[in-house]
Amino acid sequence: MSDTKRQELKDFISEYMQKDNPSSYLIAVLHKAQELYGYLARETMEFISETMNVPAANIWGVATFYHYFNLTPRGKYTISVCLGTACYVKGAGEVMEAIKEELHIKEGETTKDMTFTLQEARCLGACGLAPVMMVNGKIHGDLTPKKVVEIIKEYRKKEGK
Amino acid sequence: MIKVHINGRAYDVVENITIMQAATMAGYKIPRLCYHPKLSFFGGCRVCIVEVEGMKNFVASCTFPVKEGMKIHTNTEAVRKARKEIVELILDNHPQDCNICKRNGICELQNLARVVGVEERAFEGERKSYEKDNASPCITNNQEKCILCGRCVRVCSEIQNINAIDFTGRGINTRISPAFDISFKDSVCSTCGQCVNVCPTATLMEHDYIKETFEVLNDKSKIKVVQIAPSVRAAIGEYFGIKPGKNWEKETAAALRKLGFDYVFDTQFTADLTIMEEASEFLERLGGKGELPMITSCSSAWMKAMEQFYPDLIPNVSSCRSPMSMMSSIIKTYFADKIGADPKNIVSVAFMCCVAKKYEAQRPELMVDGMRMTDYALTTRELGWMLKSAGINLPDIKGEEFDSPLGMSSGAGTIFGVTGGVMEAALRTAYEFATGKTLGDIDILSARGNQGIKEGKIDVGQTEVRFAISHGLGNAAKLLNEVRKDKNKYHFIEIMACPGGCIGGGGQPYAGLGSEPFDVSLLKLRASALYDSDKTKMIRKSHENPDIKKLYDEFLGKPLSEKSHKLLHTHYKPHTPKGIIPKAGK
Repeated sequence: MSDTKRQELKDFISEYMQKDNPSSYLIAVLHKAQELYGYLARETMEFISETMNVPAANIWGVATFYHYFNLTPRGKYTISVCLGTACYVKGAGEVMEAIKEELHIKEGETTKDMTFTLQEARCLGACGLAPVMMVNGKIHGDLTPKKVVEIIKEYRKKEGK
Repeated sequence: MIKVHINGRAYDVVENITIMQAATMAGYKIPRLCYHPKLSFFGGCRVCIVEVEGMKNFVASCTFPVKEGMKIHTNTEAVRKARKEIVELILDNHPQDCNICKRNGICELQNLARVVGVEERAFEGERKSYEKDNASPCITNNQEKCILCGRCVRVCSEIQNINAIDFTGRGINTRISPAFDISFKDSVCSTCGQCVNVCPTATLMEHDYIKETFEVLNDKSKIKVVQIAPSVRAAIGEYFGIKPGKNWEKETAAALRKLGFDYVFDTQFTADLTIMEEASEFLERLGGKGELPMITSCSSAWMKAMEQFYPDLIPNVSSCRSPMSMMSSIIKTYFADKIGADPKNIVSVAFMCCVAKKYEAQRPELMVDGMRMTDYALTTRELGWMLKSAGINLPDIKGEEFDSPLGMSSGAGTIFGVTGGVMEAALRTAYEFATGKTLGDIDILSARGNQGIKEGKIDVGQTEVRFAISHGLGNAAKLLNEVRKDKNKYHFIEIMACPGGCIGGGGQPYAGLGSEPFDVSLLKLRASALYDSDKTKMIRKSHENPDIKKLYDEFLGKPLSEKSHKLLHTHYKPHTPKGIIPKAGK
């Protein structure tokens, strides 16, 4: 943990510690921590536990309950492949397989070079373009297993890899 | 009072109670699962649903309050069917292995399935699958059997204030685990075992050492020495279906011999020894040598919790080992010499009311000359199972005496098992050590009873000693946070980790016969088994135990001697698994 980030988290928490029932702001604090670090490391949660005086088991319970919280570091690009009904019938399954093969990772994992994190999504609201995926907020539609590999290569090129 | 109708009959009940409570008064025990009278309402399992006229849906009777004129039905066809289906759905995600399950026959879920009349398994399909956590010497966690009633989470938080476990994950992946999915072994778990006591299935259980103990019993090359704690004999009868309240001391001694132990000793003997050392230590501290208040140290779960949550109080905690560990030390030194045996050939087994004693037994601080003193610590439940498995029916056998020279005890040693007992026993001796006078009224009533925190005063020589007693780690947190604010408030403090003291230990028989864990009437009955024994004993003060005097004359010298320190005392150090620990007393 870098000291400046930890200090920022500490300041953020101390503001809430002034309020009534500070432990009820746990989720807000976890959001802040994830914003700072990109994910919730065990040591971050331990730090929050000590600073807020909330048992670590409770924090772990909250962090594992909400899909929003990442428990492992994320890659630079998060690829969300839609496996909703429309995308699925138009071949999202094969698209997903092609990505897994290209990146050598499974859903929820991150490539060793920390470039890509792969996850599945349920309907991105772009069914007209099915099958679709989103890379850090940018939608790519009308995918095929071949096309998706090209897209990944584009991103790699951008990173000089 | 308000009027409610239950199954067509009118009843007058008090306001602000739940439907379940009203039904209980009317003579209906509504089937339930996640409910526990001493824990917060959860309403999670829905087994206790009832029909209320005018309500669209069934309601969970454990949380729903009664209202004037409410018409409640607990046994209509519709509600019976729904209740059965709820239990069926719970069972469908539970292994179908009752025959080979350790709780076969003593399982709440199994009972419930019978009570609601489940006769077939409706759905085959995927069930949850998890690695078992067997790493802790105390608690094992098999999440495949968990039905997520959450009683363990609530007892750990609400009664014990440890918060070692919580619900983790969501939906079908929900499970109970310590933080970060680490093992119980590495968690802040105090190992008190109260979660085991309230678990309705075989999910959380003590790590048993039954197999190892039977192996030892069949090993002719070993000398098998056993000890039992006072609270075991106050509760073991329950395992055989007998109402609590009787002390099974002599029958248990005989039963242990029948199991194959060569020497059957009494932890009460070393409870007396503990008092000799602890009372002497207390008077030393009172005389200015060491910190006050002095806090007792015989509860193993308290020991672990103390090192984690109260490291600042380490100088206040008595250096005395627990009676179990003192006995094991004496067995492998004094007694080994007496019988001319190599201590390496002695296997020392302890039957305790406690799950945490398994942790204590393997504490490296308690080794003597590199040798472990207590080889195996087993619970009352394990003893009950071993006896049944060996075909020894406790109620049928004729009582026998403990073996000499570590078998005789005073009444003070007996009451160690009840909250306040250590304090009472220590004061009986400290008073006479300090004043040289005989204590008039030996029953120190302010130390007795089931209040969470008790206080009292007694004149010991020049000083009026103020003492306090707590049981349950949640009460300990309250008391010790007071002590942190004012170290002069008390001179002497007894802490027991389990509600009721050792008689309510995490290793005691599952509450049966209509009682529940932490049920005050159950604890009272177990306590009376010990107080009654104390009352009928000729010798009721530890320092008057002739075998204790002999042990000092022949071996130890005097209390707090060098030998005593090596064998009977210990030290503590902070164990703070970094970051996991919030400050005590959330």
